[in-house]
Amino acid sequence: MWNSFRRTLALMHKEFLVILKDPRSRVLLFLPPVLQCLIFGYAATYDLNTVPYVLVDQDRSAASRAFAARLDGSGIFTRVASTETTEAAADSLLRGRAVLIVTIAADFEKRLVAGQVGRIQVLADGRNSNTAGVAQGYVASIAAAFGQGWRASQGLANQAVQVTTRAWYNPSLETRWNMIPSLIGAITMMMTMMLTAMSVAREREEGTFDQLLVAPFRPTEIMIGKAVPSMAVGLLQSSLIFLVALFWFRIPFAGSYAVFYLGLILFLAAAIGMGLFLSSIARNMQQAMILSFVLLMPFMLLSGLMAPTENMPAILRYFTKINPLQYAITITRRVYLEGATLGQLLPDMFALVVIAAVTMPIAAWFFRNRLA
Amino acid sequence: MTDVRQAGSRTASATRIAALIRKETWQLLRDPSSIVIGIIMPLAMLLLFGYGLNLDVKNVPVAIVMEEVSDDARGVASGFELSDYFRVVHVKTMAEAQKLLLAHTVSAIVRIPPGFARRVQTNDAEIQVIVHGADANTARISLGYAQGAIGTWMAREAARGRMLAAASVSLESRLWFNEANESTYFLVPGLIVLVVTLIGTLLTALVVAREWERGTFEALFVTPARSSEILLGKAVPYFILGMIGFALSVGGGLLLFGVPFRGSFLVLTAVSMLYLLVALGIGLAVSSATKSQFLASQMSMTLTFLPAMMLSGFVFDIRSMPWIIQVVTYVFPARYFVSLLQTIFLAGNVWSVIIPNAAVLAVMAFALLALSVRLNRKIIG
Repeated sequence: MWNSFRRTLALMHKEFLVILKDPRSRVLLFLPPVLQCLIFGYAATYDLNTVPYVLVDQDRSAASRAFAARLDGSGIFTRVASTETTEAAADSLLRGRAVLIVTIAADFEKRLVAGQVGRIQVLADGRNSNTAGVAQGYVASIAAAFGQGWRASQGLANQAVQVTTRAWYNPSLETRWNMIPSLIGAITMMMTMMLTAMSVAREREEGTFDQLLVAPFRPTEIMIGKAVPSMAVGLLQSSLIFLVALFWFRIPFAGSYAVFYLGLILFLAAAIGMGLFLSSIARNMQQAMILSFVLLMPFMLLSGLMAPTENMPAILRYFTKINPLQYAITITRRVYLEGATLGQLLPDMFALVVIAAVTMPIAAWFFRNRLA
Repeated sequence: MTDVRQAGSRTASATRIAALIRKETWQLLRDPSSIVIGIIMPLAMLLLFGYGLNLDVKNVPVAIVMEEVSDDARGVASGFELSDYFRVVHVKTMAEAQKLLLAHTVSAIVRIPPGFARRVQTNDAEIQVIVHGADANTARISLGYAQGAIGTWMAREAARGRMLAAASVSLESRLWFNEANESTYFLVPGLIVLVVTLIGTLLTALVVAREWERGTFEALFVTPARSSEILLGKAVPYFILGMIGFALSVGGGLLLFGVPFRGSFLVLTAVSMLYLLVALGIGLAVSSATKSQFLASQMSMTLTFLPAMMLSGFVFDIRSMPWIIQVVTYVFPARYFVSLLQTIFLAGNVWSVIIPNAAVLAVMAFALLALSVRLNRKIIG
């Protein structure tokens, strides 16, 4: 028992040396996660800060000018041109210079004065339908505010029902709050899974894996020796990203650190288990890399990182059940933003344990039975 | 005399390149994992993401809390029930609704407070809509739909004369290039970018580093093959594999998802070849610069995969990023290819978009390939 422990320790020591000895590899393991978190933290947003638009004012009245002034004064809409007709504005939309064409109908003021509904046509560039939807939403809320202001200034009756809206846990509805806790899992997973998969493949390619097998190591010991250093690297990476989230983006942490790190450790164990499994079937580094990618791609895209998993067809939702990243994102988001407790997250934590408990023994079996 | 010698060396060079291509092709074909990445991955990704990655918001589970039972309250609720955007769960109390929201069983709560019907008559009624902010994008879109559903109900009641009509502004919205408002239409072109990037860069990232690690590159040095010929020999098989993957994903996108195609195939193929050259260039340059398979893999992943996903406009619109990040996006070639593909697919051959973007890609391809040749000069040590 003691001997086994010492052997594993020696192997871990060697693995740390392999990973950290090369200064280029030290930089590559710890600098990109921080940079990525900073860059993607700003980039990965569905919020729009500027909406370039073309105004087509067919009314040219006090009311239509007031409406345009509201758009321009919102701080979000920037008018890139004003044209007489919608056709003349089309070119700006085609070139991508503008996202919207806002056309105010010729009878806009007349109808408003008569206590009717004034009409505005909004044409959006659907090449990114999400941007288009968000921009249209902004126009809608400005139109609602304009209507209310108009009624108040003209002494007209208010609408019968007012709708008040609120968002819990993320009052200003910033995508960044949602995205950055998820990046902790996403970035760390890519790096650790590859690191693990490549490390065994490298030994195979250099022929040192055979030496390991004839040395007095049990397959389990080899696996632990490979897994623990990757786990340490992964924890360090995720802690760095966590610090960026806390102190650079200043997203308040609502939960408990213990639950958060328990979730991370289980997640890394599952990711490393998959990496070990891949490395046990790959014959060289190129194969290890391809295999990790073939798995990483669907894991990343179908994790809820970019699009909610609820929208997926049933068959793909089954796939997300074996996706460790999906659980990691649920756990980090809920602990981080909502302060979820261990009890609320038990099913997700349990799933990660199952993934690790299935992949690691399979990997160990392959280590033993594949000497190619 | 010189002409003859030059012609002779040219044929010799062609023979050498052909031999190198043959060797690389064999190496590629003998490894089944390359076939996986060239043929199976594009198809699998297209299927997975075409069906799985969906930014459209539909069937949002919403809890309706009716704290008053009246015709008006029921009218509002039926507005939600009839809408495609919502799936309604009726609950009795606000506490119950909160519990459902916390457990993520519902994503929104609509609360109709007591005295609603009476206050409708005096024009000061109120409806509360609460969304779960964790998924901010879905939350915002469902808020819009909720307001729409309530607005429709009000308009109907006003038309029936049961409620005062009020002066207000209505929007008539339309989407150009994507009338059906399908996120698949802009995601599939983005997906093609990911496929080409992966095949182009990841596979080639290791090929030069492998030869350096195994010492076979030095063996190539003593042959008459020039570095540019060696690299060409490595690039050609992967280029062909990349074009196969590209053709498969375009075909799949058009046939399976009915993504409209309004440009010309000639232009599409031309710009894609250009981008594939850039991707190969990145792979070869990274591989030659690091001369280590492990470092090359980590570096090519950092340089291509996440940037192609996050910084290319594939999902997240570049215009909404802070200016400094927008500057960063210009460094990554995926940005140009995404805007080319989204335009060629959905808008057509818009030359004012195609020419500048293609020009940048051409410059990048040339620079990267020249850099790789330079990094593999025949110097030992």
